Amino acid sequence: MERVVSRAGIWMAVLFLAVLAIAAAKDGAFVIHMTIVALAAAICLWVSLSTADYGAIAKGILRVPDEGKYDDDPVRWGVIATVFWGMAGLAAGLYIALQLAFPWLNFEPWFNFGRLRPLHTSAVIFAFGGNALIASSFYVVQRTCRARLAFPGLARFVFWGYQLFIVLAATGYLIGSTQSKEYAEPEWYVDWWLTAVWVAYLAVFVGTIVKRKEPHIYVANWFYLSFIITVAMLHLVNNLDVPVSFVGSKSYPFFAGVQGALVQWWYGHNAVGFFLTAGFLAMMYYFVPKQAERPIYSYRLSIVHFWSLIFLYIWAGPHHLHYTALPDWAQTLGMVFSVVLWMPSWGGMINGLMTLNGAWDKVRTDPIIRMMVLALAFYGMSTFEGPMMSIKWVNSLSHYTDWTIGHVHSGALGWNGMITFAVIYFLVPRLWGQERLYSLRMVNWHFWLATAGIVFYAGSMWVAGITQGLMWAEYDPATGYLVNSFADTTAALWGMYVLRALGGLLYLLGAVLLVINVWRTILGHRREEAPLGSPKYDPAADRPVVAVPAE
Amino acid sequence: MTSLTQQHKKLERNVTLLGVAAFIAVIVGGIVEIAPLFWIDNTIEKVEGMRPYTPLEQAGRDIYVREGCHVCHSQMIRPFKDEVERYGHYSLAAESMYDHPFQWGSKRTGPDLARVGGRYSDEWHVQHLRDPQSVVPESVMPKYGFLAETDLAIGDPAANLRALALVGVPYSDTDIDKAEADLRAQADPDADPGDLAQRYPKAQLRDFDGNPARLTEMDALIAYLQMLGTLVDVNSAAAQEELASETGR
Repeated sequence: MERVVSRAGIWMAVLFLAVLAIAAAKDGAFVIHMTIVALAAAICLWVSLSTADYGAIAKGILRVPDEGKYDDDPVRWGVIATVFWGMAGLAAGLYIALQLAFPWLNFEPWFNFGRLRPLHTSAVIFAFGGNALIASSFYVVQRTCRARLAFPGLARFVFWGYQLFIVLAATGYLIGSTQSKEYAEPEWYVDWWLTAVWVAYLAVFVGTIVKRKEPHIYVANWFYLSFIITVAMLHLVNNLDVPVSFVGSKSYPFFAGVQGALVQWWYGHNAVGFFLTAGFLAMMYYFVPKQAERPIYSYRLSIVHFWSLIFLYIWAGPHHLHYTALPDWAQTLGMVFSVVLWMPSWGGMINGLMTLNGAWDKVRTDPIIRMMVLALAFYGMSTFEGPMMSIKWVNSLSHYTDWTIGHVHSGALGWNGMITFAVIYFLVPRLWGQERLYSLRMVNWHFWLATAGIVFYAGSMWVAGITQGLMWAEYDPATGYLVNSFADTTAALWGMYVLRALGGLLYLLGAVLLVINVWRTILGHRREEAPLGSPKYDPAADRPVVAVPAE
Repeated sequence: MTSLTQQHKKLERNVTLLGVAAFIAVIVGGIVEIAPLFWIDNTIEKVEGMRPYTPLEQAGRDIYVREGCHVCHSQMIRPFKDEVERYGHYSLAAESMYDHPFQWGSKRTGPDLARVGGRYSDEWHVQHLRDPQSVVPESVMPKYGFLAETDLAIGDPAANLRALALVGVPYSDTDIDKAEADLRAQADPDADPGDLAQRYPKAQLRDFDGNPARLTEMDALIAYLQMLGTLVDVNSAAAQEELASETGR
């Protein structure tokens, strides 16, 4: 009873404050956001006051099996949220890709490209990626520590609080509430909210490790821990700002110009480094060995590459600012560390791929393993491409062009997307107590649709980026004048933009198969299908090709 | 190597040690790279002409930020021959010293805007923002006609300036007190601007959106676009000499 009263009291207070904030609000964006907060508080108040057991109702809807050894409810919600936001993020991406080819798809002011683009990036990185990271970390930390989640109430706050953050951020972009710092766009009060959620996340994660029944902390948890700590540091420093009013949405960042740019790209690059790399490597370190049923290839390599990766990544930010007004020494330092970073990045890829030693035949029969291998291959590819693009000479061509967009997407679609899909396929049957997935052949189709999508995406953006870079700098040797107007270069890219959208469409279609597969698996359906397997051994066909000398 | 794995076991068994060691590993790079930018003098070399934005320009800048213009337009010209010929003198660090937040951008789906001020007429900007393809058929830019239909509604311009002053923009008390009046006077040909032009040298005083009766978001945005890159006379002899004598860049 005391718990009900105190929880209801908290939500009542939040509701009261939100209503006050609506009354005093200085601008429309703040009114809309505080209304969302008030609604969320009202729902929480209703849930904590009413005697109905919402946990049980939710369990019925979600067809949750009986409670097991571990606290998996937040993981199940997280998997569903990952799939949901993934679809939203991919659909937004396809839409803005089409806007760049067909500008009449812009509907001012809410659905213009400038407002939708951060919606796409945040939906994919923070909503899809973030939910995958939180859910998988809760799953992994319990198994590798053989302990239930510490602070179960706080873990639920982390999940729901994070969803509120996503809703506030996404609606904020559409109504024009943004700080414009890439991947850190939300305004000051949304930043504060995320800080509270993140501290709770750290508490749940570390608390569970402290409760562990294993003497050692498994390597996946080193990566998760460094990701949580570093993202907290980056978020706090990059979002230092002064609100114009405490009842208005507008604020001005603390840093300006050169310092602002470097702080932003120190943040931005390490959002990639720690959110999209260290966190996802943590997923790799648990789920690849599990799915392959092989131990991690090298323990020593994981130590060396973990410490070198987290130490070196932080230095690489300035390569986003080559040839700008950032002092030259900082640019060069950033370039050198970016190139050095190639090695520890590949340490992770090698450790993952070599884990398959002795299980390579599974690539033929297990599409989930195949997704993991492709993810690691794209991880390796984009962590080679990145250092190469950070070399100043290459960057002078690639910067400001679509090559950067292509690079980001080979990492995001190839590495983050594929490893997340593989992890979802691994988790769903286990979390819902099903023997197997609805259909493994659909996973196979998903794999090929996504792969074809990435090829179209990356290929078209390489061509577009290099075309753009070369056309901007093209001189007529006879006259000594620049050959192309800016509009010429825009027109030249149209076909590539259409191809890119096609790549995005294929990738989205693959994800639709994921939704169907996850949905039907949760419902307990099983598709009758022939198992994936290798063709039968045929001694007549299996012979060396004999070289025929040319006539 | 064996000793390394043996030593590492201490970290692996203690989450506090592991967390602290990881935190130390990740703060070094930031401290070495970012902190010096605040005390190395030649990070931002002083140039003549830089001043804080007028309240109207700042309001336009806030609209530029709100609409995410930086997603497609950079404001940072690199020191390459083709960029300098296409966009003008390469950008100096001092030119964005009052930019909270900076708008250097990272992608050019459209051209750089660091020195777009004065390149086109106000009428061109109005037409282009209303319907970009009517002026540049190849353009993929969205329409921004709604800016001309939206009154510039800033609750309290002085509050914005006060917040900017808190983060280091040198607005005087007079600037803050007169913010509201300055905002309206700059876009109203009939108003008395007072000492606006003295406090904000090179401020352009006129109606920007072709509708003197209303102060719209279009007025503010064009006022901002038309002043971009116009404050520092980078081509003047003095500036050239100063750049030539630079060392350690």
